[in-house]
Amino acid sequence: MTRDGLLMRCLRQRNFIIGAILVGVVLSAALLSYFWTPHSPSRINVPGRLAPASATHWFGTDHFGRDVFSMILVGSRNSIAVGLVAVTIGVLTGVALGLLASAKRGWVEDLVMRMADFTFAFPAILSAILITAILGPGTFNSILAIGIFNIPVFARITRGAANAILARDFILAARAAGKGHIRITLEHVLPNISNVLIVQATINFALAILAEAGLSYLGLGTQPPNPSWGRMLNESQTFLFRAPMLAIYPGAAIMIAVLGLNLLGDGLRDALDPRLSRSR
Amino acid sequence: MRIFTTSLAVALLMSATAALAAKDTIVIGMQDEPPVLDPTQNAAAAIDVIFSVNVYESLVRIGEDGTVKPGLATSWTIGEDGKAYTFKLPKGVVFDNGEKLTSENVKWSFERAGSATSTNPTKRHFANIAAIETPDPETVILRLKAPSSLFLSYMASGGAAIFDPKSADNNKTTPVGTGPYKFKQWVKGDRVVLEKSPTYRDPSKAQIKQATFKFVPDAAAQVPALLAGDIDAFPTVGATETLDRFKADSRFQVVIGSTEGEVPLILNNNKKPFDDIRVRRAANHAIERKSIIDGATSGYGLPIGSHFPPHHPWYVDLTNRYPHDIAKAKELLKEAGYPNGVDVTIKPPPFAYARRSAEIVSAQLMEAGFRVKIEPVEWAQWLDVVYKQKNYDMTVVAHVSPWDQDNYTRGKDYYYGYQNPEMDALMKAVLAESNEAKQKDLYGQIQRKIADEAVHAFMFQLPRTGVYAAKLRGIWKNSPVSVTDLAGLSWVD
Repeated sequence: MTRDGLLMRCLRQRNFIIGAILVGVVLSAALLSYFWTPHSPSRINVPGRLAPASATHWFGTDHFGRDVFSMILVGSRNSIAVGLVAVTIGVLTGVALGLLASAKRGWVEDLVMRMADFTFAFPAILSAILITAILGPGTFNSILAIGIFNIPVFARITRGAANAILARDFILAARAAGKGHIRITLEHVLPNISNVLIVQATINFALAILAEAGLSYLGLGTQPPNPSWGRMLNESQTFLFRAPMLAIYPGAAIMIAVLGLNLLGDGLRDALDPRLSRSR
Repeated sequence: MRIFTTSLAVALLMSATAALAAKDTIVIGMQDEPPVLDPTQNAAAAIDVIFSVNVYESLVRIGEDGTVKPGLATSWTIGEDGKAYTFKLPKGVVFDNGEKLTSENVKWSFERAGSATSTNPTKRHFANIAAIETPDPETVILRLKAPSSLFLSYMASGGAAIFDPKSADNNKTTPVGTGPYKFKQWVKGDRVVLEKSPTYRDPSKAQIKQATFKFVPDAAAQVPALLAGDIDAFPTVGATETLDRFKADSRFQVVIGSTEGEVPLILNNNKKPFDDIRVRRAANHAIERKSIIDGATSGYGLPIGSHFPPHHPWYVDLTNRYPHDIAKAKELLKEAGYPNGVDVTIKPPPFAYARRSAEIVSAQLMEAGFRVKIEPVEWAQWLDVVYKQKNYDMTVVAHVSPWDQDNYTRGKDYYYGYQNPEMDALMKAVLAESNEAKQKDLYGQIQRKIADEAVHAFMFQLPRTGVYAAKLRGIWKNSPVSVTDLAGLSWVD
């Protein structure tokens, strides 16, 4: 059996390809929104409200006459930014805590894991609501809330995977060669668990986007006039009978982003996990 | 399967018999929950909506037509000099806790309301009372320091409710009154339940036996609650765009009327940058009412240019006082020392009309150079941070009390933070005036003064956008005062 490059292995996964395309669409929309939107997403024009899709307004206009297509574009930027930063917070803190726990063992491990259990005991969206209720609504606070929820996820997964690596013979060899905790962790443990972390980060990215949409839907996330998919959904509710597309566009956008990231994560997992690929 | 069909049949039978008996309960939807249940302790209009007239009674009340009607007092006379008010109380009035009502209760309640330590939101209305006399248990005489054209209207407010000294302190959570309904239950965050009072002096008056006031702040949740029949009446539907749908549904009646609720973009006159009249005038030139009214109330609101209801004959149309003019607004900002614009925040409470108009008006202000940050607040937060602590630049809320122009004479104690001796003099003059033509003239001057000073940027009069079950009768089309006259409601078959 030849060891193909990572890319080749990924490209052999159908999930990965579909996921990559969907995520690519969302990413390019976000990038595009920095340079160009057909209209300003916050420009209110009440006389032209609830207009159907047309050449000027590709997705029509909302109840304040704002251009829905522009709002979707800028909303993607918002979703990706919140997801990315939140997951980064989770990865950096969670992985550090997990590595610390598995390297030190003993009471340190107990403390870190009990804290993770405690945080984990609250459903994600509930703890996010709790945090934004205390800190106040807003993009920054919702990033923080979602990030905090991500910490125990990564702490647990890191500790589990790291403990498995630490039990292997080559670690014993490294230890015999005189390497300390820190070097073993950084040089041997981290590279060996990175695959698991990448897959988990991709999937949590999707969850973070969903959580951001949920918080914004509840009015706790991104505040007007900045567009957000979740708030667009909320605002479209009472117009469902008059302009159902107002709910369908942001709903479809959320679906594409979440589905894309999940498929990408699945594809990555299959590509990175040699056991899975061999069993097929 | 047989069990299922049998139980289905039983259920159908039960609902059929339930439908045959005339309905005698009602569920009324409200967007805001009262923070406490005592109108003498808190200014929230939601307290009056539930309890005034129904549980708590004042000496007089405001009728649907806006005129003063007998409340607890059956009749009254006003002395020649306009300074002595003699009220006659009916015999045999008992509070819900069994205590008897006498003229002493009136004396006690008003002395409490006007005392130095009083926290009554209408405390200022009692400052004019020089003496309270109780010649017999059914008579009370109020002697005023100076005649007041609005004194009788003031006596109709929830803040002037007559309490029993033994239960007064507990009215915040367990209201005790003399009205046709008594308090049954308050489930915080969900509902208040009232039931017909067995001790009310006129047992034939109320037909509804139990009334539930259900709190649904989310405009999007109000609609399905009505459609599902969970709520029989919603006098102030927030999502006005859904009214057409209710109009087309024979299960409902849609009643659009007026309220006393002026909705300004409220500016904090006691804080930079709106302590400068040029900045306030810039805001006035920046707003464009048609868009706000269409976007926030689906076009049902009426434009206003000052603090006075447009349906009143004394209304002066000042909507053209500050024409929509972005260039002029920018120029005024520049004059005030903000050539590059100015940062301001707006804190709208969670009502659909407020949140929506805040969003539209913010976009309009941004065009004129204001950099607006929207910080939505919950209702309890609004009452605390904006209303009590006065920590805000701009907000949006309806002022639903009638004759509330005296808010402009409350100085820095009130959250407008507006003070002007000329306005104080005008208000004093109108209160002392008994000639109607002169009152009209003075109120005209007051309206112009409020507009000239650009105290706020006035937007629209809040419409009463009510959706009710088709079989409900006795609904108030307009709300000259924030009360729900439960005793006037009934169901038809």
